[in-house]
Amino acid sequence: MSGLTLLYALLFYLATLLFLVGVGYRVYLYSRTPAPLKIPTTPAPTTGAGVVMRMARELVLFESLFKSNKWIWIFGWMFHFGLFLVLARHLRYFTQPVWGWVVLIQPFGKYASFLMVAGLAGLWARRFLVDRVRYISTPSDHLMLALLLGIGLSGMSMSFVDHTDIISLKAFVLGLMYFDWQPLPADPLLLAHLFMVATLMIVFPISKLLHAPGVFFSPTRNQIDNPREVRHLAPWAAQLEK
Amino acid sequence: MAAADFEVPKLKGYIEIPSIRPGAMQGIKSFPANEKIQEGLGYPGKLVDGWEQKAVSKMGEMLRKYRSLQVFLDACVHCGACTDKCHYYLGTSDPKNMPVARQDLLRQVYRRYFTLPGKLFPKLVGARDLSKEVLDDWYSYYHQCSECRRCSVYCPYGIDTAEITMAAREIMDSVGLGQKYTNEILGKAQRIGNNLGMPGPALEDTLAGFEEDVEADTGVAVKFPIDVKGAEVLLVTPSADFFAEPHVESLIGYAKVFHAAGISWTLSSHASEAGNFGLFQGSYENMRKVAMRIRDAALELGAKRIVVGECGHAWRVAYSFWNTLTGVGAGADDKYAQMLQKQLDHSYPQPSHICEVSLDLVKRGAIVLDKEANDHRVVTFHDSCNVSRGSRMGNIPGGQFIIPRELIRSAVNRYHDMAPGTTHEATFCCGGGGGLLTDDLIEVRVKGASPRANALKDVVDNHGVNFLALICAICKSQFTKVLPYYGFDMSMVGGVHQLVSTAIRLGAKE
Repeated sequence: MSGLTLLYALLFYLATLLFLVGVGYRVYLYSRTPAPLKIPTTPAPTTGAGVVMRMARELVLFESLFKSNKWIWIFGWMFHFGLFLVLARHLRYFTQPVWGWVVLIQPFGKYASFLMVAGLAGLWARRFLVDRVRYISTPSDHLMLALLLGIGLSGMSMSFVDHTDIISLKAFVLGLMYFDWQPLPADPLLLAHLFMVATLMIVFPISKLLHAPGVFFSPTRNQIDNPREVRHLAPWAAQLEK
Repeated sequence: MAAADFEVPKLKGYIEIPSIRPGAMQGIKSFPANEKIQEGLGYPGKLVDGWEQKAVSKMGEMLRKYRSLQVFLDACVHCGACTDKCHYYLGTSDPKNMPVARQDLLRQVYRRYFTLPGKLFPKLVGARDLSKEVLDDWYSYYHQCSECRRCSVYCPYGIDTAEITMAAREIMDSVGLGQKYTNEILGKAQRIGNNLGMPGPALEDTLAGFEEDVEADTGVAVKFPIDVKGAEVLLVTPSADFFAEPHVESLIGYAKVFHAAGISWTLSSHASEAGNFGLFQGSYENMRKVAMRIRDAALELGAKRIVVGECGHAWRVAYSFWNTLTGVGAGADDKYAQMLQKQLDHSYPQPSHICEVSLDLVKRGAIVLDKEANDHRVVTFHDSCNVSRGSRMGNIPGGQFIIPRELIRSAVNRYHDMAPGTTHEATFCCGGGGGLLTDDLIEVRVKGASPRANALKDVVDNHGVNFLALICAICKSQFTKVLPYYGFDMSMVGGVHQLVSTAIRLGAKE
C-alpha cells in the first residue's frame, strides 16, 4: 500500500473520530444545559405537535429566514438543498449494492451541485457587496465559504470535466469502512476534494457549523407556549425553592 | 421639550435601511450605579480588582445555567439576516447596534476563552481578550438594546439578542459595573414594593384623590380599593399608573370596568408594582424576589384572581415567568405555591391580562361600551414588544394581537392599523424598553423611536389618526417624551383602557 493511501486512510479515520466525538459532545452539552425560563419567540405553538411543525418548517423551508431577507433565503436555501442532494448522492460510494432511492436521485444529485455552488457564490458576494454584512464578516467566515466552494468545484470537475477512477475510489471508501484497505487513486482533483472534506469534518465541531445541531436546541424555537398551564422549572432553579 | 443637541432623524413615512456609520453612538453611556445601589442588590460596589478573570468565570457559570446563551453564542453564522432589524440600528446607523454585532461583543470574548479556535487563532475567528476597551463597549452597547426580541423573530436559529444582553448585564453587575437607572429602581421595588419607592400611605392618598376626581367627573362613586382582604381580584399594575399621565387614565379605566361589572377588586401596597426590572438585568434571582412579593400579597389578601394592568415587560414576566418563579398558574409543588393553587379560581387563566378580562366582560355583556363617546378619536395601536414576542393573551397563538384590537374596536368607531412589517410580531419597540427609559439615554431613545415614528406618520398623514393606543407603561412614558421631537403632539399618546374609560357605561342603563 502506498504512503498516500495510508495518509488518507488515517486522515479520514481521524476526521470521522473528531467529527463524531466533537458533535456528540456538543449535542450532549446542549441537551444537558437547562433552559430555566420559557422564552419561545411568540406567537408560538401551544402543543408539542405544533412545535414539531414549527421546527420542521424552520429546518426544511428556513421559515424565519424567509421572513427576514429574500436574498439570503434564496442563496442559503439553494446551498443547503443542493448540499443535501449531493450528500445523498454520495451514499452510492458507501453502499454495495447501491440503495434503490440513491440510484433514483443520482442525476438530481449531480446537477444539484450547480445549485449548491451558485448559492455559495451568492452568499459570498453578499459579504463583499452589502456593507452591513461586510462589517460583521471575519476571516473565518470567508475561509469557510472558500472551503465549501472548493469542495463543490473540485467535485463538479470530477463529475463533469475530468472523471476520476470512481471504481477504485469506491473500493477505497468501502475498504475504509470494512478495515480492508484498498489503494486510493492518485488523482490531484480527488486528493484535493477529499482533503477539503476531511478539513470540513475536523472544523465542524469547533466552528459556526454548530448551527446545524444548535438549531434543534434553540429555546426560542423548540419550546411550547404553555407557561400558564404547565410549570417549567430547571433543576438549579428548583434549588432556590428549598 | 428642550431643543435636541443631536440630530433627530427626518421622518419619511416609511422605513429606510441606512448605510453603516461606525462609531456613531460609541460615546453614549448611561450613568453607572453608585456603591450604595450596587451593594443593596448584593453586587460589588465598584469595578473589582481582577475583574477580567471574574467576568470570564461568571460567563462560564452562566453558560452552564442557560442553554440559550450556550447555543446562541455557538450557532451564529454571520448570515446578516438580523442586520437591518433593530430599531436602534435603523435610527442610529451604528453597526454595533446591528443585533449580530451587538452579540459579537460578547461572542468575541466567548470565543477567546471558551473555544479552541479562539484560543489558538483569535484573529482568524474574530476573538478578543477581555480588556477595558471591550468592557466599555459592553456597557455602552448593551445599554442600547431594549431586549425587544425583534431580531429573534428573523434569525434562522432563533437567536435572541435579549438573552445575550441580559447575560452581559449580569456579568457586568457581578464585577461591580451596574446601570444606575435599572438597579436603583430594582432596589426600590425589592425594599418598598414599587419602582417609585412610594410607601403605602402615599398610595392610599393618591387613590382617594382618584375616587374624588372620578365621582366629580361622572357622578358615580367608583372605588380604588387597596389592601382589601377577600376581594376577588388582586390587580397588579405598573406604579406609573398611580401618578404619570397618561397612565392614570388607564387605571381609571380598570376601576370603571371592575365597578361596572360588579367585580370586587383590590390593589396591594406590598406588591404595588407589576414592572419587574430583574428582567432587564437578566438576573433570575432578582426577578424572582420581585415576583415573590406578588405571591405573598395574593396569599395575604386571599384573592381568587390575579390580574395584570397595562405593562409590556410586566406581562411577559407575569405570563411567561411567574409560574416558573413563584408557582402562580398550575403545577407547583412547594407549600406556598400549593396554598395559592388552592386559593385561586382556575376557571380563569392565572394570571390574566386586563385586556383579556375587559374583552371577556364586553363579550358577555357584563359591561357596555358606547363607541360614539370616542368619535373624536381616530385610533391606531402599537403592539408592545414584550407582549408581542414574549407572551400571549387568550387561548390561541397570536391572541396578544387579536384581543387588544378587539377591545379597542369595541370601544371606538375609527381605527387604522399601521403598515404591515411594523405591527404584530414584527412590531418595533418604542425605543425606551429594557432599562433605557432614562434621560441620560435620550439620544438613543429618540433615534430608536424613529421606525415607529415613521409608521405612525404614515397613518397620521393618510388616515387622520390622532390617538396612539398602548398597553405598556414604558411605551406611554417613552412616546410622551420622544414623539414631540418628531413634531407629534404628546396628547395623542394613551392607554387602551383610556379608550375603554371614555366609552364605558357606568351605573344606570338607558
